[in-house]
Amino acid sequence: MNFPGSGIIKGLAVTARNMAGSYIEKDRLTTEQYPEERPTLPENSRSFPFLVFDGEDPESGMRCTSCKICEKECPPQCIYIVQDRDAAGKALKRPKVFDIDIAVCMSCQICVEVCPFESIRMDQVYELSSYDRFGALVLDKPKLLKSNAYYHGIHPTEAAETDARLEADRKKKEAAAAAKAAKVAAEKVVKAAQPEAQP
Amino acid sequence: MMALLDRAPVELLHWFLGVLGSFGVPAWILAIISALIIIGTIIGVFLGLFALTSVMERKILARVQNRYGPNRVGPFGLFQPVADGIKMITKEDLVPRTADWVVHLLAPVVMMVPALMVLAILPYGRGMVPAEFDAGILYFFAVGAGTEVAVFMAGWASNNKYSVLGAMRAIAQMISYELPLVISAIVAAMIAGSLSPSAIVAAQSGFAFGFLPQWFAFTPWGFAAAFIFYICALAESNRSPFDLPEGESELVAGHLTEYSGFKYATFFMAEYVGMFAICGMFVTLFLGGWQAPLPFLDIVPSWCWFFGKACFVAFTMIWVRATVPRLRIDHLLAFAWKFLLPMSFAAFLSAAAWHYAGRGPLAWLTSLAIVGIPYLVLGTAFTNRFAVSRRTYQFSE
Repeated sequence: MNFPGSGIIKGLAVTARNMAGSYIEKDRLTTEQYPEERPTLPENSRSFPFLVFDGEDPESGMRCTSCKICEKECPPQCIYIVQDRDAAGKALKRPKVFDIDIAVCMSCQICVEVCPFESIRMDQVYELSSYDRFGALVLDKPKLLKSNAYYHGIHPTEAAETDARLEADRKKKEAAAAAKAAKVAAEKVVKAAQPEAQP
Repeated sequence: MMALLDRAPVELLHWFLGVLGSFGVPAWILAIISALIIIGTIIGVFLGLFALTSVMERKILARVQNRYGPNRVGPFGLFQPVADGIKMITKEDLVPRTADWVVHLLAPVVMMVPALMVLAILPYGRGMVPAEFDAGILYFFAVGAGTEVAVFMAGWASNNKYSVLGAMRAIAQMISYELPLVISAIVAAMIAGSLSPSAIVAAQSGFAFGFLPQWFAFTPWGFAAAFIFYICALAESNRSPFDLPEGESELVAGHLTEYSGFKYATFFMAEYVGMFAICGMFVTLFLGGWQAPLPFLDIVPSWCWFFGKACFVAFTMIWVRATVPRLRIDHLLAFAWKFLLPMSFAAFLSAAAWHYAGRGPLAWLTSLAIVGIPYLVLGTAFTNRFAVSRRTYQFSE
């Protein structure tokens, strides 16, 4: 038989322990005081797409070739691309306009999946609220272009993997080119050798 | 020096009145000015305490739940009440179209007035009683009962079923708990032989063996009466676990449902001031009023002890709120009528036995038995009556 009222005493002891404990053990307080304390985001967290460029200069290092696959694949159709043209009107392999309306974007990452040039990637920024409903939420090319170093900073594993693949592709291409050059050279040698062998 | 600090509020008032008197202000005007200054000081102190408690309550509840609590406004969030006040004042003051707007408007005022009026008879320090009544305790409970009218006015005038239900619950609860509250207060008055709060404080003066304070809470009957008084005080000030007039899970906010803006703030304020008043009454009746707990601590001004003790009692109320879940209405009333009321009679008898058995060891034994045995019997019966058994489902297997 319990002494009447012992349950309440036990309960009071529990609350007192929690109250005193929250001053002594800091792990009890799990609240993140947001503007002062920043959350450490998981590596795979994503918000909206951005465009990767190599090197220092955004325009020359841009990986995007304006193939418009992402624009076609985008389910909510938030990407708008206009291909750049030179003075003669010949299409160039870079976009003149590249806009993403992040008010429409649903962060599905399909553009990233389909991009054949490893150009579009997901960003981690999240403080994107603004006083302007329309203009400020449409990100244009200067806002979208971010360096490969930044990409390495937010998604290190994925960026390293991408770089390794690009490097491998480049080596393969070089090897293929070398092989082709060697073949051409060999054929030349053979052609050169043939007249002597034929007679 | 310390004696001067102890008397400081009174001396300051006398000095100020003396200065005014030297300018030839007539005596009757001086009396009015003196009264106004005392009223202003008390209201100011208690509203300050209300502001402090409202933020401390939130911080303590937060700490119990391992959160930080308000810490954005000012240092440690101490200016939170200012922000809350500005928010409350700037909010729209809604009155339902079908409400009785006169009563709806009067209810918060009627709630606030008794809460402030009862502060008049509390002895705040040595020789610091704003209104020296011979029947101060009687006045306290008679005026304090006025809040019940206000609660029902609020509930009825709102013309809202939840408000009326909440008000009816509040009335049932407050009237049920008024009885053991008053009887347990009578116990203290009976031993002190007076209904005057100052006399009750004086009856608790002195130290047994030179260090044990002779407060009523440290005797068997006094402990029982203090215990009952404390529980009833929680119920009277509508605080958790007896806050079911405002039980939001079933009644939205009870009688406060249709109140917003400054009227709501007034209700809120009145509730906290009422809580502090009843904490002050608890301190006066059972915890020795303004007297120091140990002889050498007498150098601390007496009014500091009074407010310190009252704040401690208020803190325990917050602690209880953080611990105990809300009761069901039938449990609540059963607890008042079947447990607290018999227990308060037992405390009453126990105090009588204490008095007639000579206040010595024999008195200790008899009065302990008179409160202890009913507590064990009633308490066990109650725990068994409301014991939670394991649920079994007949068709679940």
